[in-house]
Amino acid sequence: MHDTRKERYKKVAYYPGCALEGSGQPYDISTRAVGKKLGLELVDVKDWNCCGAMEVKNIDPEVQTYLSSRVMSQAKHKNKADVVMAPCNGCYHNLKKAEHDIAQKPKSKEVVEKISAKAGHEAYQPGEIETIHALDWIKWGFGEEELKAKIKGGLKGLKIANYYGCMYTRPRHIFPEKGKGGDSESLTKPHYMDDLLAVAGAENVDFPLKTACCGGAHTLSDSDMSTKLVLNILEAAEAAGAEVIATECPTCHSGLEMHQIRALKRLSKDTNVKVIYFTQLLGLAMGLSPRKVGLNANVSQSIPLLKAKGIV
Amino acid sequence: MPIHEKSLIRPENLETHENLVIDGIDVSGDWSTFIRSRVVTDYNEDLQDEIAALPGGEYIHRCWQCGSCTNSCTVNAENPDFNPRYWIYLIRMGMESELVRDKDIIWQCVSCNKCTSACPRDVVPEGVMKATAHWLEMKGYTEKTNSTVFDEIFTGQVVERGKIEDGEVLMEFLKETKQPLMQDWLVQLVKQMVAGFPVFALLKMGMATVFKPKTSDWSKARDAIKSHIEEEKADARKALGLEPAE
Ligand code: SF4
Ligand code: SF4
Repeated sequence: MHDTRKERYKKVAYYPGCALEGSGQPYDISTRAVGKKLGLELVDVKDWNCCGAMEVKNIDPEVQTYLSSRVMSQAKHKNKADVVMAPCNGCYHNLKKAEHDIAQKPKSKEVVEKISAKAGHEAYQPGEIETIHALDWIKWGFGEEELKAKIKGGLKGLKIANYYGCMYTRPRHIFPEKGKGGDSESLTKPHYMDDLLAVAGAENVDFPLKTACCGGAHTLSDSDMSTKLVLNILEAAEAAGAEVIATECPTCHSGLEMHQIRALKRLSKDTNVKVIYFTQLLGLAMGLSPRKVGLNANVSQSIPLLKAKGIV
Repeated sequence: MPIHEKSLIRPENLETHENLVIDGIDVSGDWSTFIRSRVVTDYNEDLQDEIAALPGGEYIHRCWQCGSCTNSCTVNAENPDFNPRYWIYLIRMGMESELVRDKDIIWQCVSCNKCTSACPRDVVPEGVMKATAHWLEMKGYTEKTNSTVFDEIFTGQVVERGKIEDGEVLMEFLKETKQPLMQDWLVQLVKQMVAGFPVFALLKMGMATVFKPKTSDWSKARDAIKSHIEEEKADARKALGLEPAE
């Protein structure tokens, strides 16, 4: 079957979002490095703004919808793009949600049009932009077969638990392309990250908490709950035999790193599994240096493990 | 419905007799505990409408009490008292005083949306939880929770500049909630963060706290968003009967 995504995703508008410019820098660095290595082109969305993250919707959901719609409007009118790639689960989720709400809820459409008019730009219309995650971008824009050819040393038997978090597949309403069987991403047992890392030589463990929540929404406001939820994830990963948890979201990633430390300090619960962005792992597998993929900027210190495994 | 009975079997609603004779038969020992009969009079007939008027609460009327939300809930797994289905039931019944008993945990919903994905009636229970938490604050039943403080700081920055700077959000939050910056785990976190950080990244982070990230050409959007938020807040207060009479 001819897959038009290959053409469409070759050059996409890139939406890093606030997290990838701040605490999620290693994700940004490695995403750009991997894209370059694969010959996929990223052009930053011009004058982008915050998507509203998880917080703005609690103050005013329509404002969150507007914020996300503005990002897509910028991509469409300023970048002349039709695909936006957002590596952050929160950004990706919010853009998808805005798309859904503007199409389905008259009030959302009305508010977006009202604020856009006052702000002096075109209001986003549903269908103008396709929002994809970094996982879609690499899986379909480059392809697994082609990726195989790019793998240098690979991840040779590194035992990985792939952790997708809650915003990548939930709620189901806003991901019409998922859960369709065949090649589509699964809503309940996502596998795109598993697929890509398997190509890179990793040994993916059977991980039951793939889509569990890390408590990111309350990571500071209810730290005890977040620590418990993160600990569940870390312990399940270890029990499944994983040495590394691969992440694809800056909120999950920071949450895991932060509450791993907090669990040790506050509950004396030590877990030894390392937290690494999937783009960092892919980059390493293709022979990029730890520095090139921002590994030294991770809080979780994985270099000794990767050295012992002969990966770096 | 069984869940309402939960309130009836609380200790204060039970009557226990040491010695009890009913119709001439001594039932002491075995049949000595009874639920006190009572008549509920403190309904808030508007409770469902009030929650439905707040963002997220719109679809509460659809709930048919299947329990899928609670069954799938992340927080319920850690604390069985966290029970979205039960609260939705109480709201639909107008049982304000019963709902308020759980005022200190309702805000703990982590927005994982498991409930929303599981709900067969598109109630969006996650939204209902947020609406209920805000309702409790607006009605004065709870102080502003840490969660709301965080949301407000975050939203304030986004509205002002179009972007946030996460270090600044963290600092402001700790300051506002009077938490020490020097917590053992935070110190450790920063230590580990700085350990391998390349100099340019540190510089970039340092710069970000001085030259705050900002979306260019944002001022008109900022004003439009601000006035929209004000309008929505006024509407919500009106719906809850909190606006002073004109
Ligand atoms: S899952 Fe939906 S319909 Fe079922 S009890 Fe919860 S809110 Fe009601
Ligand atoms: S969104 Fe809230 S209520 Fe729903 S499952 Fe998650 S924690 Fe529970």
